[in-house]
Amino acid sequence: MDDIRTIALIAGVLGLLALSTVVGQFLKRHPDRGLDPAAVNTFNLRLRGWWIMCTVLAAAFWLGTTATVVLFGLVSFWALREFITLTPTRKGDHRALFWVFFLFTPLHYVLVGLNRYDVFSVFLPVYATLFVLARVAFAGDYKRFLERTAKIQAGLVVCVYCLSFAPALLQLPIAGAMPGGNFRLLFFLILLVQFADCMQYVWSRMLGRRLVAAAVSSNRTWEGLLGSATSTALLAAVLWWAAPPFEPWQAALAGFVVALMGFAGGMTMSAIKRDRGVKDYGTLVVGHGGVLDRIDSICFAAPVFYHLTQLFAGAGSP
Amino acid sequence: MPKLAVMLSPADMQPATVAGTRDPAGSSIVCRAAGLSLAALARILSGASVRWIASQPDTCQRVYFANHTSHLDAIVIWSSLPQAIRELTRPVAAKDYWQRGLVRRWLAEEVFNAILIDRTDIKVHQSPVDLMLREIGTTKSLIVFPEGGRSITGEIGEFKSGLYYLAKKRPEIELVPVHIDNLNRVLPRGEFLPVPLLSCISFGPPLWLERGEAKVDFLERARRAVLALKE
Repeated sequence: MDDIRTIALIAGVLGLLALSTVVGQFLKRHPDRGLDPAAVNTFNLRLRGWWIMCTVLAAAFWLGTTATVVLFGLVSFWALREFITLTPTRKGDHRALFWVFFLFTPLHYVLVGLNRYDVFSVFLPVYATLFVLARVAFAGDYKRFLERTAKIQAGLVVCVYCLSFAPALLQLPIAGAMPGGNFRLLFFLILLVQFADCMQYVWSRMLGRRLVAAAVSSNRTWEGLLGSATSTALLAAVLWWAAPPFEPWQAALAGFVVALMGFAGGMTMSAIKRDRGVKDYGTLVVGHGGVLDRIDSICFAAPVFYHLTQLFAGAGSP
Repeated sequence: MPKLAVMLSPADMQPATVAGTRDPAGSSIVCRAAGLSLAALARILSGASVRWIASQPDTCQRVYFANHTSHLDAIVIWSSLPQAIRELTRPVAAKDYWQRGLVRRWLAEEVFNAILIDRTDIKVHQSPVDLMLREIGTTKSLIVFPEGGRSITGEIGEFKSGLYYLAKKRPEIELVPVHIDNLNRVLPRGEFLPVPLLSCISFGPPLWLERGEAKVDFLERARRAVLALKE
C-alpha cells in the first residue's frame, strides 16, 4: 500500500515534468504561437532546474536519511555563502563568520541528523546568536554593531535553520506511518512549494493588478498570492493520500500555508536583493541563477510545514 | 629566437642559479600532488568563478598583473589558469614572508615554483625586474602584484614601477590585467582562517607599453585596466 503511494506520487510528478518538457520544447520550436519568447525561455530554464532538483532528491532518497541530511547541509552551506557574500561585512566579523560556517552550520545538521529536536530547535536561534554577538564584540569593532550581527543572524536563520526543517521531516515521528511515509512528506512539501511558485506566476500574469510592494518586486501581486494559495490548497487536498498524517482538509490547510510562506520567502529575498542592487544571488557565479534564488520559498515554508505536520500527527495519535 | 635574444639583457642569458628555479615538470610527484590539491582547496574555499573578458587563455609568454588583497591571491589566480598554462606560470612573492619557516619555504619554492623577491634589499645591479626576467627566460609567464603589498582598504593603490620596467625590457610580452574580487573577505590581512565566501577572478585583454609612453601614464593605464574589470 505504502509503496504504491510512493510510486504513484513519483510517477505523477515525473509524468507532469515530462509533459511540460514536451510542451516547453514545442513552444521553443514554434515561436509563432504569439507567446512571449522570454517567458518560454524562463519556463524551460525552470523546468531544467526541476529536473535537476528531482534527480538530486531521488538520489538522496535512494541513499537514505543521512545522505539527504548531508545534501541539505551542503545546500545550506552554499546558500549561506551566497547570502554573506552579498552582505557587506567588516573585518571585525571575520572570526565570528569562520565559526558560523565551519562549526555552527555543520553541528546544526549533525543535530538534525541525530533527530535531537530539543537541541537543534534552539541551537542556532539562541546559542549561535549569543556567540555571534559576543564574538563580534570581542573583535573590538563597534561600528554598526547591531546591523552587522543582525545580518549574520538573518543568514543563519534563513539559509541554515529554516531549511534544515525540510530534512528533519524525515525523522518526524508519525504514528502508524510506514518508513517511506516521511520521504513522501518531504517530497510533498517541495512539490507544493514549487507548484505555489508556479501558480503565483500564472495567476499574477493572468489576473494580477495590485502589486504587493512595487518597490520590492514588480511581478508579485495580491491576486497571484491568493490564486497560488488556493490552487496549492486544492492540489494538496487532492494529493492528501501521499502525506501520511493528513486528512484532506489538513492537507489543504498545509498547502495554503505553504503557498503563503513561500510567497513571503520570495518577497523577503527580493527585498534583500533590491537593497544590494543585484538581480539574483548567483551573479557572482556565471551561468547559474544562484542556489538561494531556488530555495528561498522552501526556507520559509519548511518550518511551518514541519510544525503543522507535528501538530496533526500529534492530534491523530492518542 | 636570435632576434628575441637581442632584446634580452645579458643577465637573461645566464643560467638560473637562484633557489626555486626547478622546472615544474621535473619536480617530484609529491610536490605536484600538493600543488594540485592546494589549488583545488583554494578554488573550493574561495568559490572563485573565472571570467575571461575580451581575452583568452594562451600559453604565450605573459605577465598577469593583479590587485593584491589577500594571501590567497597568487594561488587562486594560479589555480584558475588551465593546467597547461599553470605549468608555465610562476607567481612572484616576497622573500621576507615566504622564506620564513620550513612549510612556507617548501610551498613557495617547490610547490608553486615562486620567484622570491627581496623587498628589503633592492640593489641596482640585482634588481627584482632583472631577476624575474632571468627566471622566466623565453617561455614562462609571471603573476605579479604591482601594488607591492596587500591593500588594507580594498581600494587599488598606486602601482609600483616594476611593471613598467618589465614592459620596457621585454616589450613583446603580453601584460594581462587581472581583477580579484572579494578575496580580501575570504582571507583578510592578518587572519589565518578563511571564511568561504564567493569570489570572482576576471582576466582582461592584454596591453603593451606604447612607444614613448611615460612611466606614470603607463602605470595609471595599467591600474585602470584592472579597475575596469571590476564593473
